[in-house]
Amino acid sequence: MRKSIAALALGASLAAFSLPALAAKTLVYCSEGNPNGFQPALYTDGTTFDASSRTIYDRLVEFKPGSTEIVPGLATSWDVSADGKTYTFHLRRGVKFQTNYGFTPTRDFDADDVLFTFNRMLDKNNPYHMVSGGTYDYFDGMDMPKMIKEIKKVDPYTVQFILNVPNAPFLANMAMDFASIDSAQYADKLAKENKKQDLDLKPIGTGPFELVAYQPDSMIRYKAFAQYWRGKAAIDNLVFAITPNASVRWAKLRAGECQIMAYPNPTDIAAMKADKAIKVESKPGLNVGYLAFNTEKKPFDNLDVRKALYMAINKKSIVDAIFQGTGTVAVNPMPPTIWSYNKAIKDYSYDPAEAKKLLAKAGYPNGFETDLWAMPVSRPYNPDARRMAVMIQSDWAKIGVKAKIVTYEWGEYLKRLGQAEHQTALMGWTGDNGDPDNFLNTLLGCAGVHTTQNIAEWCYQPFQKLTTEAQQTSDVAKRTKLYEQAQEVFHQQVPWVPIDYSTDFMPMSTKVHGYKIQPTGVHVFYGVSLQ
Amino acid sequence: MISFLLKRLALVIPALLGVSLLSFALIHLIPGDPVTIMVGERGLTPQRHAEMLHQLGLDKPLWQQFVMYDWNALHGNLGTSIFTRTPVMHDFLQRFPATVELSLAAILFAILIGLPAGVLAAVKRGSWIDHTVMTASLTGYSMPIFWWGLLLILLFSVQLGWTPVSGRLSPEFWITPHTGFMLIDTLRAGDYDAFKDALKHLILPAIVLGTIPLAVIARMTRSSMLEVLGEDYVRTARAKGASPWRVILVHALRNALIPVVTVTGLQVGVMLAGAILTETIFSWPGIGQWMVQAINQRDYPVVQGGILLISSVIILVNLLVDLTYGLINPRIRHTR
Repeated sequence: MRKSIAALALGASLAAFSLPALAAKTLVYCSEGNPNGFQPALYTDGTTFDASSRTIYDRLVEFKPGSTEIVPGLATSWDVSADGKTYTFHLRRGVKFQTNYGFTPTRDFDADDVLFTFNRMLDKNNPYHMVSGGTYDYFDGMDMPKMIKEIKKVDPYTVQFILNVPNAPFLANMAMDFASIDSAQYADKLAKENKKQDLDLKPIGTGPFELVAYQPDSMIRYKAFAQYWRGKAAIDNLVFAITPNASVRWAKLRAGECQIMAYPNPTDIAAMKADKAIKVESKPGLNVGYLAFNTEKKPFDNLDVRKALYMAINKKSIVDAIFQGTGTVAVNPMPPTIWSYNKAIKDYSYDPAEAKKLLAKAGYPNGFETDLWAMPVSRPYNPDARRMAVMIQSDWAKIGVKAKIVTYEWGEYLKRLGQAEHQTALMGWTGDNGDPDNFLNTLLGCAGVHTTQNIAEWCYQPFQKLTTEAQQTSDVAKRTKLYEQAQEVFHQQVPWVPIDYSTDFMPMSTKVHGYKIQPTGVHVFYGVSLQ
Repeated sequence: MISFLLKRLALVIPALLGVSLLSFALIHLIPGDPVTIMVGERGLTPQRHAEMLHQLGLDKPLWQQFVMYDWNALHGNLGTSIFTRTPVMHDFLQRFPATVELSLAAILFAILIGLPAGVLAAVKRGSWIDHTVMTASLTGYSMPIFWWGLLLILLFSVQLGWTPVSGRLSPEFWITPHTGFMLIDTLRAGDYDAFKDALKHLILPAIVLGTIPLAVIARMTRSSMLEVLGEDYVRTARAKGASPWRVILVHALRNALIPVVTVTGLQVGVMLAGAILTETIFSWPGIGQWMVQAINQRDYPVVQGGILLISSVIILVNLLVDLTYGLINPRIRHTR
């Protein structure tokens, strides 16, 4: 019988959360939903990462706050071998783990913790592998089991990851949420007491905040970890007030019941900016919304047809209408926030006359009929796919292409896309780790054909050659050049119409200082102070 | 009375079985499986997909899943949430008191205002009071819950600052839940500021959730009273010289209440449905919000278990309503 984390933490917290502490600085964040749990390795959603990996845990390397640049975390430095297959991490000394009522650490963070964390996910025979369902979707999804050959402890403060083939994005993967470091000592203790699942229910990390209590649908309470290696957080308590409705989050922010809120309605942004007690921070998101052609199907195997349909779409007016100033027109298959974005590429201009000519050249002077799939859900890169589809439909009608809009329930939509049933479809992507590979190879590589990732079903050798080579090189200058070339190939071949890069917004009280929007979409409260 | 009770109880079993079959069929008829939703746009190879379905037991034939489900349910095991991996029964019990507290407050609000309003409208038939009550109840009945809730929040919480926007208790209070009823728990803890805070949190959601039942009760009371007021025994009572309010409250109301109790009982079902919206707007941690999230995520065990448990509650309430009749009206008690 599993015990409720809430009940356990509730009792415990009475002592920790006594009234005098309330005079201390408490930041209330209006979050959008329940986390699925507190062990980041087991989940894939941002809500869970906000509540676990970004508060309780640390990783070997981190994204520099507000960017996707990789900086030291629990590893102070790293070396890559000449053949690109061995990554050696030098670990930080004197890093403390948190304490809870069942566990007091007797040693600092070291190589054993790194080994435990990754072997749990990697090794099917690890005693912890099957605990809590044993699904490591992100780790598996990033192909880590195939990538990692062996993890070696060289000495207590040096760990080596040996890969099967060189893989440059590997370092960026180590900054991702699933790579959050657990305490091996805590795990051993729980294994002895036969309470393995507590590792995931009563999390212990090295991060800036300790979990105090969680009440589903209501609140998550944290307090600053006094011995945090970067220094104690500027706020003493952190509360996630779980508020699923965006309008209500906005009302709470206005009423002063929270100081910062997640995911505002785009339509409320103007009112928020007009409010003197509120400031709205914004930043271009790490995402792209696009229309993919199924290049395996006629007539989309024809480059002129793809180009014609591309030029017939008035992207500017679509982005203006859908995003109302909260998005920009996309040109490349990855956003400009990522290094190696090719600024030299000039977008095809909106030109229905030229599009008609191209169609005629391809043998369709009177156009043709097609379907156009629209997602049923709202995503940052596409808040209203249905409306976007209608606008594209009317643009295409002007050159004689009759599109029928098709939509399914989300799960069904994904499944059918994976089976390549569509002719053209709207989709998008939010980056995981800020590496160009995470867009170019993941979404347009041959391995992604016939999955929900490469829905253009586009396996084009000249492109694949460039991205594979870039993946296996750790020289950043060389990689940049290769990715720039790959974007040129994409531009010539038009497997997609990139439509938009959206902007992330974070409304907050003017009393909040130091909050930085993360390109990867997670919410980080270390470094935030309250006036 | 006992045979009546037994007969009513016997009807409960097929009803529950029917509900479990329906909820099971419904969720499997809706396209989309939890595995694809779980992974989203992050891609999934067919073999990994199959593997995950197998882990969740969703690759078995439907009838097998159904039999297993009912068998486990009979033993109090409603399965485990696919997403949080906690037992459904545990999650339900954790959230149910919050919904009960809110529903009780809402029904209390509806009765306290709806009943007198209905009586008054009937007694002053055709007057401005009658017209006001009828118009207000029609408006209340047609008010979309979502809009109504946001309207009240904007007015009372954001503009006037009288009530909190959402939730059950402000973060500065910290109460250990014993009963799960916040009003009781805060009193138990002896924290009167927290009690006041909890009460304030309850006001707006109770009004929003109680609005439709209030309208229904007011209209039902009015028409039922009008009918009764024309009966012979009321005229007799009047003729005997009883004071007008005594006639209305003692002689008429008692008999007029029978249909009102039925309707109030039926409103419990309506209210649990309304709770889904109300709880979402007010971030009220009850079963309504829980179900919405489960349906969005295609969390099969939670949706099935939730529907079964909620239905059981409604069936139970209807049973109680039937029994209450007997208390109010001895005639029903004695017929067979």
